[in-house]
Amino acid sequence: MMFHKFANPTRFLRLSTTLTPWFAALTVTMLAAGLYLGLFNAPPDYQQGESVRIMYVHVPAAWMAMFAYSMMAAMSAAALIWKHPVATLVAKSSAPIGACFTFLALVTGSLWGKPMWGTWWVWDARLTSVLVLFFLYLGYIALHNAFDDARRGGQAASILAIVGFVNVPIIKFSVDWWNTLHQPASVVRMDGPTIDSSMLAPLLLMAGAYTFYFFWVLMVRVRSELIAQKVRVLQMKQAQQDMT
Amino acid sequence: MAWDKFFDMGGYAAYVWPAFSLSAIVLIVMLVVSLRYLKAQTQTLEKLESSSSD
Amino acid sequence: MNAFVHVIRRELNLAFRQQLDSLMVLAFFVLAIVLFPFGVGPEPNILARIAPGIIWVAALLAAMLSLERLFQTDYEDGSLELLALSPLPLEMIVLAKVVTHWLTTGLPLIVAAPVMAVMLNMNTDGMAMLILVLVLGTPSLSLIGAIGAALILGSRRGGVLLSLLILPLFIPVLIFGVSAIDGALNGLTVKPQLLILSGFFLASLALCPWASAAAIRQSLE
Repeated sequence: MMFHKFANPTRFLRLSTTLTPWFAALTVTMLAAGLYLGLFNAPPDYQQGESVRIMYVHVPAAWMAMFAYSMMAAMSAAALIWKHPVATLVAKSSAPIGACFTFLALVTGSLWGKPMWGTWWVWDARLTSVLVLFFLYLGYIALHNAFDDARRGGQAASILAIVGFVNVPIIKFSVDWWNTLHQPASVVRMDGPTIDSSMLAPLLLMAGAYTFYFFWVLMVRVRSELIAQKVRVLQMKQAQQDMT
Repeated sequence: MAWDKFFDMGGYAAYVWPAFSLSAIVLIVMLVVSLRYLKAQTQTLEKLESSSSD
Repeated sequence: MNAFVHVIRRELNLAFRQQLDSLMVLAFFVLAIVLFPFGVGPEPNILARIAPGIIWVAALLAAMLSLERLFQTDYEDGSLELLALSPLPLEMIVLAKVVTHWLTTGLPLIVAAPVMAVMLNMNTDGMAMLILVLVLGTPSLSLIGAIGAALILGSRRGGVLLSLLILPLFIPVLIFGVSAIDGALNGLTVKPQLLILSGFFLASLALCPWASAAAIRQSLE
């Protein structure tokens, strides 16, 4: 299974060297296309006017916040079940990127909400669960770095990622009992998107750009972690040599 | 193309431009920090590998 | 089963030797609630309106304070290693500790809560519901808290980290607990909230032993 093939750190490093430039190129081109279409080509909204353009940075950020957490949880499960050595590092590297996306989703959402709803913040289903997601990311990062032994930190954080993953739909579902001010789904729906294609195109392009950005930065960070591991091994060897 | 009108964003400039620029800043900073970290680790590794092969 | 009861007995014995811990949690609970009239003003209508929320938040914080030491003392003096080696599965030992934690923390809170509710001028219509949701909800707090307590074993800055980890996980219990009491006070149906609280309890009962035992084993490696 291809997944297990990349448990080998050296193979992963080689793969990352090949893939990273592609991810970078795709990010930049899709970003350019998405921004052009979103800012210049797409029409303003009938009710919201030009403020609807914030959608092109808000929705991709929100989607990626969820995606990154799913990646983190899945990799954590893989790390615990198969002791896949690279999986923990992928999870660890996903966390700060996911936290950034969550932060951006919250802030751009506020900036969009103020002109649209008249308020910077409201405690409804979507906003509250995203805020909790942000804290789950912070908790994961804090736990991962709270141990002198990096391996133990990774193991503990893996358990937390899985427990937190169970919690996210619960929070989202539980807060649905409150009135929701946030708009319901208009893209990922059973009947297909309800959004106009002139707006859908830049939205999907920006989402694609954000996705390739995620993998780009992820590759960079996982490489750093693998190299840092090698550094630690060499440092320990040298320390042993110095002692003899 | 009326640039003034573009920058004004139908009166919503105070919301739209901070949203886009903050997104750009956060994503660029994350990228730069990650690249710097990679460079630092790679350099440390090279130093260690060359000194241990003495 | 005998071994299970035996471990609970041992935990209770240890707990009773340190009665002060249980009383301190109770004192914190009362103090935290008492702060609110000072903070938001003593106007009875306002206090009555937010009483369910105050009591729940105080219960959350009080439960959390006592969780840090759930495994810590055994971890430090080596008894946790011995417990892990015992014929009784580690998952059962975790459950035994959780039961003890609830008996020494949750139960006193449930007894004290109606008194505090009266002090906050909460309408007595909600009193029965208050007790019911605390009975349904506080075990979940102990169970989820145990996961956090196990995860931080051997870490730096354990206590503060524990709060950051656990409070987001407590939020659904908080939401539905307060919602049920508000529902009872306003004469609305509360069956959905109670069902979800029960469901959450069962889910944490299933999840906690596995996750805590896994975390404990990691810390002992």
